[in-house]
Amino acid sequence: MFRNVAELVELAEAKECKISDIMIEQEMEFTGRTKDEIISQMDRNLKVMEEAVERGITEDVKSHSGLTGGDAILLQNYLKSGKSLSGEFMLDAVSKAIATNEVNAAMGTICATPTAGSAGVVPGTLFALKDKLNPTREQMVAFLFASGAFGFVVANNASISGAAGGCQAEVGSATGMAAAAIVELAGGTPSQSAEAMAIALKNMLGLVCDPVAGLVEVPCVKRNAMGASNAIVAADMALAGIKSRIPCDEVIDAMYKIGQSMPTALKETAQGGLAATPTARELEAKIFGIALEKK
Amino acid sequence: MKYKSVFDIIGPVMIGPSSSHTAGAARIGRVARHLFGRKPEYAHISFYGSFAKTYRGHGTDVAIVGGILDFDTFDTRIVDALSLAEEQGIEIKMTEEDALTDHPNTAKIILGDQNGKIELVGISIGGGKIEIVELNGFELKLSGNHPAILIVHNDRYGAIAGVANILAKHQINIGHMRVSRKEKGQEALMIIEVDQNIDPVLIEEIESLPIVQQVVKINE
Repeated sequence: MFRNVAELVELAEAKECKISDIMIEQEMEFTGRTKDEIISQMDRNLKVMEEAVERGITEDVKSHSGLTGGDAILLQNYLKSGKSLSGEFMLDAVSKAIATNEVNAAMGTICATPTAGSAGVVPGTLFALKDKLNPTREQMVAFLFASGAFGFVVANNASISGAAGGCQAEVGSATGMAAAAIVELAGGTPSQSAEAMAIALKNMLGLVCDPVAGLVEVPCVKRNAMGASNAIVAADMALAGIKSRIPCDEVIDAMYKIGQSMPTALKETAQGGLAATPTARELEAKIFGIALEKK
Repeated sequence: MKYKSVFDIIGPVMIGPSSSHTAGAARIGRVARHLFGRKPEYAHISFYGSFAKTYRGHGTDVAIVGGILDFDTFDTRIVDALSLAEEQGIEIKMTEEDALTDHPNTAKIILGDQNGKIELVGISIGGGKIEIVELNGFELKLSGNHPAILIVHNDRYGAIAGVANILAKHQINIGHMRVSRKEKGQEALMIIEVDQNIDPVLIEEIESLPIVQQVVKINE
């Protein structure tokens, strides 16, 4: 059993296999289930992700509050115009991340990766890669096991919850998980996956959880979009041979300590940050029909 | 290690928008329903911490009631849970509490009818994972991820051995076990997490032990 990223990479290198294989093996050991059972459960999760992405980029999904919805379609249309500056692949991933979170905000069906508020980053990057690298279904499922392995380490050594560790723990974890999995799918080594995770998470440190009106909408949807782009850049950097000066496990530990020292107002209580801006307070009063002076 | 399965990280499949506030809440509600074992006439729910501050926006209210209606995290009927509960004649009361709790996402549920009631406290620790921390005043830890048997019994010698013998006979492996009691010689609670779903025959057998007062099973 691996407890941290260093052990995970060591195991994969010693066995000359992929990070995703280590995760599958550990799941078999822990649950006593067969490889086929575990893979087919992950395949079902993949299908849920695929349906959410598809729904978000084709339907005009609107949340109950009206705060979010329709942005994934805007980006898809913009992509078709051929004028995008950051490139088609990048924006495709971003739009698919947004798609997932818009469906989530509308109380649609999603798969938490690692949470619902951060559910867009991993599928967003994966379904953009699907068009770019033409992976097999098996490779797509492996992508989820690879990202799960890194998320597993973060969840057990730090946190994946915004209420416990801020948005760095939520979208930050998802971003690191996606970066590591992209590296594996693109043919990188286990240690390059760890570098990508470290680089991605480093750039999410300190991110507070400040949902406007306490809803998982603003800024959550757009943070997933940025998480997806961050993950792709971090993966490219690692694939280019760039290393993080701070080892991945130490970055995760730093994230945990930052989360602990973060004030409660900035951890999913809707009391600080963007949630405390005048516009956010107005929106909150309007959505819940409360007089503004009572807030 | 709080998280043991990769599906704690990539999962659960659920209705949005929040794994801790929606999926976790649904799971806490569902454990309460399973423990109660039947449709309640009333459900009194208290929200603490972040749950109290943001439950409306996260659909925590509909999710927890959905759980009480025995819906899974991905059941789309969760969205209409409040009106469905009303249709079924379940009286729902929700309270926002100011009290500070150990965990930021805490809910207390009381389910009851003419024949009795149960009271449990659950926490949602992130990514949809929950722990039940209190049942009828007993402190306990229950992940909700494995089938479990809760046994209310008399605090006397032989109680644990009696139950363990029945489990062994049916080749059931114990993953986690905890015993607590209100006072020496008084009512006690055995919490046993196991690896596979429990056959009703086994529950009947445990119930027939003279030392046992009540047995509740929670399937995965």
